[in-house]
Amino acid sequence: MADNVDGDSLYRIKEGDYVVLKRGDIFKAVQIQPKKKVIFEKQWLFLDKAVGQLYSSTFEIVSGGILQPLKPKHTESSSDAKEAGTDNRNIVDDGKSQKLTRDDIETLKEKGMKGQEIIQQLIENSSTFKDKTEYAQDKYIKKKKKKYENTVTILKPSCRILAMMYHGREPGKICHLQYDTLAQMLTLANIHAGSKVLVFETCAGLVLGSVMERMGGYGSVIQMYPGGGPVRAGVESFGFPEHFHDMLHEFPICHVNALLAGTLDTTAKDPSADSKKSDMAAEEEQNQPEAERRGSPEEQSMETNSGADGSHDHEKDEQEKLKEARAQRKKVKQEEKRKKLAAAAALLEGRNADGLVIASRFHPCPVLMGLLKFLSPSRPFVVYSQYKEALIECYTKLKEQGGTVNLRLTDTWLRHYQVLPNRTHPVLLMSGGGGYLLSGTTVAADRSKPAGSQRAEEPAAKRLKLTDTER
Amino acid sequence: MSFVEYSDFIQDGDVAVVYLGHESMMPVKVQQGAQTQTRYGAIRHSTDLIGQRYGSKVTCSKGGWVYVLHPTPELWTVTLPHRTQILYTTDIATITMMLELKPGSVVCESGTGSGSLSHAILRTIAPTGHLHTVEFHQQRAEKVAEEFKEHRVDHLVTVRNQDVCKDGFGVTGVADAVFLDIPSPWEAVRHAKAAMKKQGGRVCSFSPCIEQVQRTCEALVDQGFEEISTVEILLRIHDVRTVSLPLPDFGPDSLAQTQPDIAEKTPPIQASVAMKTTILPREMPGHTGYLTFATKPRT
Repeated sequence: MADNVDGDSLYRIKEGDYVVLKRGDIFKAVQIQPKKKVIFEKQWLFLDKAVGQLYSSTFEIVSGGILQPLKPKHTESSSDAKEAGTDNRNIVDDGKSQKLTRDDIETLKEKGMKGQEIIQQLIENSSTFKDKTEYAQDKYIKKKKKKYENTVTILKPSCRILAMMYHGREPGKICHLQYDTLAQMLTLANIHAGSKVLVFETCAGLVLGSVMERMGGYGSVIQMYPGGGPVRAGVESFGFPEHFHDMLHEFPICHVNALLAGTLDTTAKDPSADSKKSDMAAEEEQNQPEAERRGSPEEQSMETNSGADGSHDHEKDEQEKLKEARAQRKKVKQEEKRKKLAAAAALLEGRNADGLVIASRFHPCPVLMGLLKFLSPSRPFVVYSQYKEALIECYTKLKEQGGTVNLRLTDTWLRHYQVLPNRTHPVLLMSGGGGYLLSGTTVAADRSKPAGSQRAEEPAAKRLKLTDTER
Repeated sequence: MSFVEYSDFIQDGDVAVVYLGHESMMPVKVQQGAQTQTRYGAIRHSTDLIGQRYGSKVTCSKGGWVYVLHPTPELWTVTLPHRTQILYTTDIATITMMLELKPGSVVCESGTGSGSLSHAILRTIAPTGHLHTVEFHQQRAEKVAEEFKEHRVDHLVTVRNQDVCKDGFGVTGVADAVFLDIPSPWEAVRHAKAAMKKQGGRVCSFSPCIEQVQRTCEALVDQGFEEISTVEILLRIHDVRTVSLPLPDFGPDSLAQTQPDIAEKTPPIQASVAMKTTILPREMPGHTGYLTFATKPRT
C-alpha cells in the first residue's frame, strides 16, 4: 500500500484530526487524541489505532476498546440458503423461542466472540426464525446487529454529516434546525467563495461552519455574536485547515448601534471593564469549549485563596509571578481582541456585505432590521426561526419599511423512503419541526416614494399567472 | 457581473434580472443601445442600466418602475428559458448539501437540460472546482454552452455532447460527486462509478417515478455503492395575510344588565377581529422527483 504516491495522504486519519464516528444512524464528533478514552453508544473506546487508516474505514471494537480495522467488504446476509415462512399464523409468542439464556449470551461475549458470531448463534437457537417471513428475518437480524455488532465507522466531517448529527443528538442546541432547512438557507443566501457574509447564529456554530465550508476559505465571514463571545464548538468539528480561520471575523452585536451611529471607538483599550471580563471568558470558552465551565471557577478560587495562603513566601512569590504572567497574557489578548474588533468594524462599515444568514433563539425581527443595514443592494438574506409567528412579524415589518423584494416565508418537508424489492414505501414524514425560513433580496432604499405605495403599484394577479405557466 | 462573483455596477454585456413585482421577473442581456420592453414601458440600456448600481430602481418610459437585480443561480432558475423540465431551488439545495459540494469539488452531471442545476453547481464549486456536464441533445448542449459563456462561468465547465448511458462522462477517476437526471439512470450507474475518484465520493439520481428509483437502487447495490438513501423534499410557501374573523352576536347580556359595573366595562360590540396569519396556496407542487443518494466507497 504505497498510497502516498496517488495522493491518499489527504484521505488518511491523522492525530489531532476532528472526525465523526458512525454506527447505524448515530453520529458523534470527536478529536483523535492519543490514549484518550471516548464514549460512543455506551461503549468506551480508544481511537489510537485509527491513525494512518483511511477515512470511511469501519472498525470492530475489540476488548479494551481497541479498534481493529474490518475488511471493507463483509457481505450482509448471514444465512444465504434462505428458508422462510409466508405468514405468521403459526407463530406463537410463548417467550421460549430463544434457547439461549441471558447468561449464555454474556458468556459468549466474555469469551470475546464477535458480534456477527453472536447474532449467528441467536439465529441458530431461535426456533421461530425459519418460520418468519423473509422480511421479518431481515428485521430480526437488523435489530440484533444494532445490539451486538460493535463496529464503528470513522468519517471525515462535512456539513451534511454534522447537520444530521446535531439534529439527531442535540436538536435543542441548534434551535431544532433540520438539515434540509440548513441546505435551503445556504442556497437561498447564495453562499459562495469570495463573498462577504454576515452570520448571526446560536446554533453551536453549525450554521457558521456550514457557511465557511461553502466559502472554501475565500472571502470573509463576520460572525455577529450576542453576549460575551461567539460560540464555535460546531465550527471546530468541521476540522477546517488553518487558513480558513483567517476569513473568520467576529463582532459583538451589542456594538451594532454604536457602529451604525458612527460612535464606536475601536482605538480605545476597551469600552468597559465589564465587557473585558466577559470577552476574556469568551475567549477561553472558545479555546477549550469543554473545560471552560470547570476551568474558570477554579481560576477564580485560586485568586481569592492567594491572600490566605500568604504565609508561605515561596508560594506567594510563585503566585505573584503567575499573576503577572497572566496579566501580561491578558493584555496581549486584549490588544488582539481590540485589533480584531477594529478589523471587523472596518469590514462592516462599508455596508457592502453580500449576504446575511440569521438562525438564533432570539427574536429575529430586531436582528434582521439591524443587520440588513450592512448589506449592499441586490443581495440575498435568509432568516431561520423555529416559530412562524416571529417571521410573520419580520415579513410585515419589511413590507412596511421597503428596501426588500422577493420576500418568501417557507418551510420544507423531508420524506424518507425505504426502497427494497416489494417493500418500497415512505418511512418517515418529518414535518413542521424543521422550522421556517424568511428569505428575500435587498434593493436600494426608496427615497422618493412613501412606504406602502409599493404594494399598490404591483399587479396582484401576476404571481398566479406566472406560476401557472412555469409549472 | 458573473454568476460566481458579485459586482456593484451594471456593465455592458452583463445579464441582469428585471424585477417587475411579486415574483414576476425577466432576464435581460445588457447591451449598449438596446431597449427592453416591459409592461411599465421601455428600459433604455445605455442610460437606464449601464453604470447603475445593482438593486436600484429604474423608471421606465411609461413612468412605471422596476428593480434591476444582480443575477444569482436562484434568480436564473425562475427566469431561464425552458428547453426541458428543470430542477427548482428546493431540490437543488438538498442535492448540493447531500453531495457535499464546495469550492474545489469536481462534479459530473447529466443531462444538462436547461442548465438550472448547472448554474447552482458552478456557483458552489468556484473558483477551483470543475463541472463536466453531458447532454445528448446537440442543440441543447450548444445553447447551454453559449449561456455559460455569457454568464462568465465557461472556464469552470466542460459541456460534452454525447450519450451518458453509452459513452459515460468523458472523464475517469476525477469526480467527487455525480448527478444524474436522465430517464434511465440505472444505465449510467457504472459510468458514474468510473467517473469518480478511487477514494470515493457521492452520487445522486433524480427520478419522478418510483419504478425508476427501484431500478436505480438495484444498480447502485450491484455496483457496490453504500449508504443508499431515497428522499423527497417538498416546499410550502406561506402567504402572509391579515384576515378578519367576524364575531357572532349573542344578543344582549342579561348578566351585564343586572350589574351595571360590568356593562360599562364591556367594550362596544366588535363586528370582527383582525389578525396576521399565513395561508397555504390552494394548490402546491406535491411531487417533483425522488432523490436517491449513495456513497461510492474507495476502490
